[in-house]
Amino acid sequence: MTALLDSHAAMQARFHNALWTTATPDGLAQADAVERRFLVYRNNVQHGLCSALSQRFAVVERLVGAAFFTAMGRAFAASHPPQTPVLIDWGAEFAGFIEGFPPAAGLPYLGDVARLEWARGLAYHAADAPVADPAALTRGDPSGLRLTLAPSVAAFGSAWPVVSIWTNNQPGAEAQPLPTGAEFALIARLPAFEVPVIPLEAADCAVLRELHAGRSLGAAAGHGDPTRILALLLKHGLITAITGETL
Amino acid sequence: MLLIPTSLPARSGLGFKPEHYPQILASPEATGFYEVHAENYMGAGGAPHAMLERLRADYPISLHGVGLSIGGAGALDRDHLARLRVLIECYQPASFSEHLAWSSHGAAWLNDLLPLPYTDETLAVICAHIEQTQEALGRRMLLENPATYVTFEDSTWGEVDFLREIARRSGCGLLLDVNNVFVSATNHRFDPRAYLAEFPLELVGEIHLAGHDSEELPDGPLLIDSHARPVADPVWTLFAEVIARAGPLPALVEWDNDIPEFAVLQAEAARADGILKGARDDCAA
Repeated sequence: MTALLDSHAAMQARFHNALWTTATPDGLAQADAVERRFLVYRNNVQHGLCSALSQRFAVVERLVGAAFFTAMGRAFAASHPPQTPVLIDWGAEFAGFIEGFPPAAGLPYLGDVARLEWARGLAYHAADAPVADPAALTRGDPSGLRLTLAPSVAAFGSAWPVVSIWTNNQPGAEAQPLPTGAEFALIARLPAFEVPVIPLEAADCAVLRELHAGRSLGAAAGHGDPTRILALLLKHGLITAITGETL
Repeated sequence: MLLIPTSLPARSGLGFKPEHYPQILASPEATGFYEVHAENYMGAGGAPHAMLERLRADYPISLHGVGLSIGGAGALDRDHLARLRVLIECYQPASFSEHLAWSSHGAAWLNDLLPLPYTDETLAVICAHIEQTQEALGRRMLLENPATYVTFEDSTWGEVDFLREIARRSGCGLLLDVNNVFVSATNHRFDPRAYLAEFPLELVGEIHLAGHDSEELPDGPLLIDSHARPVADPVWTLFAEVIARAGPLPALVEWDNDIPEFAVLQAEAARADGILKGARDDCAA
């Protein structure tokens, strides 16, 4: 029994290896054009995984073109295959992979574009949470209060103008001149499920990171005026709990 | 115990596509049930869950897994079983189904339904995996016949006998994909009617219908189960013959790639319903 089970496992190992090479595995029954038949599986696996990446990283694909993206996606899928059947969880390492992918070396911002797109996907699928009553923020001095932000909230920053690059490459967008230097954004899911990329000043992003880390409004204010971030979070219903005492 | 582990209505069903959500809400009774791929609802929250929650208020839901790798030589993924269990407890689908296939190797998930040799050894593995799944999910499941492009030297069982024996040993029901039968029969040069004549229709809890693509090999066509076009006429004919023998069954139209307007899917569902209604009228007469 063990030997025979090994042959089941051995067959699947051969089949699996052949999906990523040009060989056809041993053990297939004789048939006309068996290589072409096996190619259906190779194409399904490789094309299916690349399609999942292109849905998730549409701007990266737009920036490099479909042929380049497919080659890069196949290399990523071969070296970093999904570890679970939940494809929406696959791709966290794509940004780092891009940064180490020699043919993409001429586009040093491309990894951060992938990071932004990954963050949007995380926000899209993040847990739901009820919005907190904001009344505590308007009673007395709120500097001792701590906020719990919605699970979809992310503070995004890049040394490159990646927020503008992303925005310019949305369907129907009119390309605006690209600024130089770093850009920052708030990424979060809104109540109607859209996931905007809201540009932030560097100081506002620093405040957001402090609040996100659970520091008090007073501590966050050491990095900049929290008023603008608080207004954004309140406007979009992104505060799910307010704890601590007002003074 | 029910003979067949499903409570889907014996009507047409459609694969749910989020891009059709507004038209689905505006088109009550367009079809009898909706089917979703379980793995697309394994995120924590957001729009997918909101849509499914709304959909299940109006329609029975068929939960169709594509990730369990029932035919995998390795152990089933217990984390994935747990995710399925959460979905089933949350949405109480009328049916849960999976495939006679494998789709992961070691830690790698391959995102395709890969073919198996039909041997005593694979039979034992598959039955053990189905029993483990049914135990973990607290319900019986349906197992779907595959569309295949290759077969294996080692196979000692015919596919229909293999499926019947799996159902007998594990207690699962079967999902009969008529397009898969037609695709496999064409690809391996056998008669789909002979296959269907042997198929244990009394174990079938759901039918699948889908479109396929075609190309030419030196000694005949190679059909590809693409789910990217209308159900082909010969598949409609085989479906009608199955329904004439079995009586009305839940019948799903799948269309997963190059997705058309909702009205096109509605027309496919209406065609399936016409065939099911014909069988009901015959029963009544």
